[in-house]
Amino acid sequence: MSEETKALESMIGEEYKYGFTTDVEYEDFPKGISENIIRELSSRKDEPEWMLEFRLKSYNAWLEMKEPEWFNATYTKPDFENLLYYSAPKNKPKLDSLDDVDPNIKETYDKLGIPLEEQKMLAGVAVDAIFDSVSIFTSFKEKLAEAGVIFCSISEAIKEHPDLVKKYIGSVIPARDNYYAALNSAVFSDGSFCYIPKNTVCPMELSTYFRINNMESGQFERTLIIAEEGASVSYLEGCTAPMYDENQLHAAVVELVAMDHADIKYSTIQNWYSGDENGKGGIYNFVTKRGICKGDHSKISWTQLETGSAVTLKYPSVILQGDHSIGEFYSVAVTTKKQQADTGTKMIHLGKNTRSTIISKGISAGDSNNSYRGEVKIGKKAIGSKNYSVCDSMLIGQTCGAHTFPYISSENASSSVEHEATTSRVGEEQIFYLMQRGISEQDAISMIINGFVKDVLKELPLEFAVEANKLLDIKLEGSVG
Amino acid sequence: MLEIRNLHAVVEGEELKILKGVNLTVNKGEIHAIMGPNGSGKSTLSKVVSGHPEYEVTEGTILFDGKDITEMDADERAHLGLFLAFQYPVEVPGITNKTLLREAYNTIARANEREELDPLEFEDYLVSKLDIIDMKDEFLNRSINTGFSGGEKKKNEIFQMAVLNPRLSFLDETDSGLDIDALKVVSGGVNKISSPENAIVMITHYQRLLNYIKPDFVHVMMNGKIVKSGDISLAEELEANGYDHMQKELA
Ligand SMILES: Nc1ncnc2c1ncn2[C@@H]1O[C@H](COP(=O)(O)OP(=O)(O)OP(=O)(O)O)[C@@H](O)[C@H]1O
Ligand SMILES: [Mg+2]
Repeated sequence: MSEETKALESMIGEEYKYGFTTDVEYEDFPKGISENIIRELSSRKDEPEWMLEFRLKSYNAWLEMKEPEWFNATYTKPDFENLLYYSAPKNKPKLDSLDDVDPNIKETYDKLGIPLEEQKMLAGVAVDAIFDSVSIFTSFKEKLAEAGVIFCSISEAIKEHPDLVKKYIGSVIPARDNYYAALNSAVFSDGSFCYIPKNTVCPMELSTYFRINNMESGQFERTLIIAEEGASVSYLEGCTAPMYDENQLHAAVVELVAMDHADIKYSTIQNWYSGDENGKGGIYNFVTKRGICKGDHSKISWTQLETGSAVTLKYPSVILQGDHSIGEFYSVAVTTKKQQADTGTKMIHLGKNTRSTIISKGISAGDSNNSYRGEVKIGKKAIGSKNYSVCDSMLIGQTCGAHTFPYISSENASSSVEHEATTSRVGEEQIFYLMQRGISEQDAISMIINGFVKDVLKELPLEFAVEANKLLDIKLEGSVG
Repeated sequence: MLEIRNLHAVVEGEELKILKGVNLTVNKGEIHAIMGPNGSGKSTLSKVVSGHPEYEVTEGTILFDGKDITEMDADERAHLGLFLAFQYPVEVPGITNKTLLREAYNTIARANEREELDPLEFEDYLVSKLDIIDMKDEFLNRSINTGFSGGEKKKNEIFQMAVLNPRLSFLDETDSGLDIDALKVVSGGVNKISSPENAIVMITHYQRLLNYIKPDFVHVMMNGKIVKSGDISLAEELEANGYDHMQKELA
């Protein structure tokens, strides 16, 4: 191995900075999954009957399903009997008062760079903070309410806005959709709910910050975003977890619904703990995300920066039902050490003149394995539709892998699908070239990586672009030597 | 300025010697030309001098202004004023020429405690250098060498040299791949950059280049060594008789 490769390898070994644990007392809850557990969960959350029914139906569906095995990753299957399906800090506050939040938890968010006090927050960003299974606090609720925007935890929405939740939950991702979606539908504990009324531009960025703290708990959050006719919203989720030797399961479901001329932009900065150099510990990130462009001229855009987790299986997708609707997927997936990621998207074109764009950038280093899996399907009635996909992989070092699995099918001749894929290696020659011009090795690598991902990162909301760059720096550059 | 003493080098981790005792002294204000058959080690010499990590110096020293730089990292050597115009310039997608040059210029300025230029000042400075080799400004905003034609890449190297204003430049076969007109323009540019304060080492196969850029010294490299040095008449002799003849003569 040459000097440069060695330097690269050492850089990507940078410590995970969010791996600390918060000392909190938890409410008691038995381990394992059963009908009784689900009833108990539902009753602790004070849920209406229809919600319990939804859960039980999902649970029964799940029992009949098998864990998927078609992806390009190997891992020890989670032991569902040994998981904690509900984990809430004991002195859970009333959601509106920050004073009641456990000071330890408040401090946790401070340490993570997400202060919960509104005056300390990024201007123009409302945050729903989810700690293990429950939403701790949602900021700027009143300000949003003035615009008619509902932004609260899903638990609260189930109680306060049952008609909306009932109408849309499971409408984009039915419980039977897949194994982990079924499990989530049965046991989801909390998550965020956003509703943007007709012709309303949401006045702030909405964001949810997920933190898994409890070692034994699985995190099953559920997010539902509805943009009515002519509404628009930009939403961001961030995630971190402490470092534990055990794998932890995170199986979320995110559903987006966009009506006529509505516009939803959903961004993710995922930085769950990814395990150590030997592949011990880390999060299993098995997430189902899907949006439906229900209305004509609607638009759904997924942007993701995936840097964490031991294993990621995730395919944020768009169903383009409305005519002239637009689906976008911009992704940077970074894997280092022993991480495995199988991620991509599905664009299902049903309406006329629908458009989808996929830009996927995979960076693999160490012994990691990074796969892109993308499906573009153009239906019979989707006349005049177009897809454009670019899928680039960059390899750092000799022992990592990058794979591309495109699935394309088109049922009408008036539509077009364009797919480009490249694989490159961060060349030692490139690094030497930049160094010969006077640039340090660390800056050279940083410039090359940033050049590679900039088409995707520019899609992130401005407020988070800086954070994303920092995260990439920590993940890949760190300090040399 | 540059003093190479008995330089031996191998490919990192391998046995085979590529450089087998090179001696070369370059003073400021001088222009040198190195000629020699394919595979004789000319490019390797230029890379070893500029600190390519692929090669390991097994014997000998490289002195720059009397300072031993044999083990120095490539970027630090660049800060001292060393520049290499590559025989095969590398494509770096995603980084524009302009970004590279601003980073490079300011990093070198910082290292030498000179004033950095802000983006607007730098833009003016950059544009002022375009004329030297008749470079179109659209190249500034393109990714480094990406999709450039062979000749454009070579031209871009000299443009970078003009911008960074190095004290010692190795030009590795800059003439190969340039059309007749471009060769004139680029040579003219090199002559403009050349000054009593800096020095240039050109590697070339063709005497033609030497008609445009007049060297003070010509060296012949064979089998990892400089085997003969002289003035421009040495190049004429080579052009007339070839390397074979010289080898026999030397033997
Ligand atoms: N990284 C390397 N790995 C293996 N062999 C190498 C390496 N670099 C150089 N060599 C070998 O060293 C010798 C000298 O190569 P070099 O590129 O310096 O020649 P050159 O004189 O520049 O030739 P040309 O005139 O063709 O450009 C060649 O035989 C080449 O194959
Ligand atoms: Mg050469």
